[in-house]
Amino acid sequence: MKEYDDIPGTYVFDAERARQGYHLNRFCMSLMHEDNRKRFKADEAAYVSAFGMSEEQVDAVLGRSWNRMLELGGNVYFMAKLFFTDGRSVQFACAQMAGMSQDAYAKMMLSGGRSPDGNRYKREQNDG
Amino acid sequence: MAEVFAALTTSHLPAMGAAVDLGKTRDEYWRPVFEGYEFAKRWIADARPDVVILVYNDHATALGLDVIPTFALGCGAEFEPADEGWGRRPVPVVKGDPELAAHLAQSLILDEFDLTLINRMDVDHGLTVPLSMVFGQPEAWPCKVIPLAVNVVQYPPPTGNRCLRLGHALRKAVASYDRDLRVMVWGTGGMSHQLQGPRAGHINSDFDARFMDLLIDAPEQAASIRHIDYLRESGSEGIELVMWLIARGSLTAKVRAVRRFYHVPASNTAVGHLILENANE
Repeated sequence: MKEYDDIPGTYVFDAERARQGYHLNRFCMSLMHEDNRKRFKADEAAYVSAFGMSEEQVDAVLGRSWNRMLELGGNVYFMAKLFFTDGRSVQFACAQMAGMSQDAYAKMMLSGGRSPDGNRYKREQNDG
Repeated sequence: MAEVFAALTTSHLPAMGAAVDLGKTRDEYWRPVFEGYEFAKRWIADARPDVVILVYNDHATALGLDVIPTFALGCGAEFEPADEGWGRRPVPVVKGDPELAAHLAQSLILDEFDLTLINRMDVDHGLTVPLSMVFGQPEAWPCKVIPLAVNVVQYPPPTGNRCLRLGHALRKAVASYDRDLRVMVWGTGGMSHQLQGPRAGHINSDFDARFMDLLIDAPEQAASIRHIDYLRESGSEGIELVMWLIARGSLTAKVRAVRRFYHVPASNTAVGHLILENANE
């Protein structure tokens, strides 16, 4: 266990995740080019098959399962290329990752954000 | 002789750049943020730095998966604003200072900071948003800018202590340059925020306030904050704050904070901003 594994709801993009997510993140980077975005939108499944991703990673991408992508080595700054390709904002994706409606998430941010209280250690949440 | 006469720190989130580019800075949502930078605009017009050494991180734009330098110095003559997936920002090309950068590279490497040197790269919002916040929308940026990119995307970033020491070395390196130049170091990123996972939206205003206090008056203490504490307390992306320590280290031991600003939220992030001037020597 790594010392940051006890932080709830957080995937630290360390060297191990970066290795695991290399192909997934490389796919995301490819979306920085307009031609690639067009090809991706035209046939997502065919497009993603060319990047050497695992089956789980492909499913997570096609299903826009953001937290699963993080778990499988995705990093938000790479994934952002996919948010933008979808015409979505980072805040939209963050709300989904947090399991909230975008409206509720935006309200939470306006009222000062998610409090650190009760959100520092996994055990605080288990106790709660 | 050249001197680092002041430092500036600021968040660099892309939404602030978009607000500038789309003319939304007076909207109800953005007004409090941009009013917070009015002082900086007036201050910099008087201070007139010749060169800004701008410490930032690339966000999987120019530096992605293939090369991940911990510290990378931009030595080129110019740097284009990057296309991050929605077109290039409509901001001026960033003009570098290859002569000073070459001097810094030589001085810092012999001072045992093993920098990566980059002659060609595009610069993303991490670098251009701070310029927009401080200089507004000029035809050309009013000073030269030397990018200093720090890896804070793939864990672990350099330690806070290493960043503070790099700041000290930068101060020395600038002082040994034999041209009269007024130099600033800007540290960007932060403050508390988390852009991922079920804990997305994490903000810790108490941590941020204490971090600013320590950065100003007890930088060695700020430099001793461990990575685990950044992650837990300031959020997984709050760890970008180590970059502020490079700016702080480039000043004298005592500094005067001539500006301190904090606001929540801008999109997912707590916005923080300081202007620090040397207070001794």
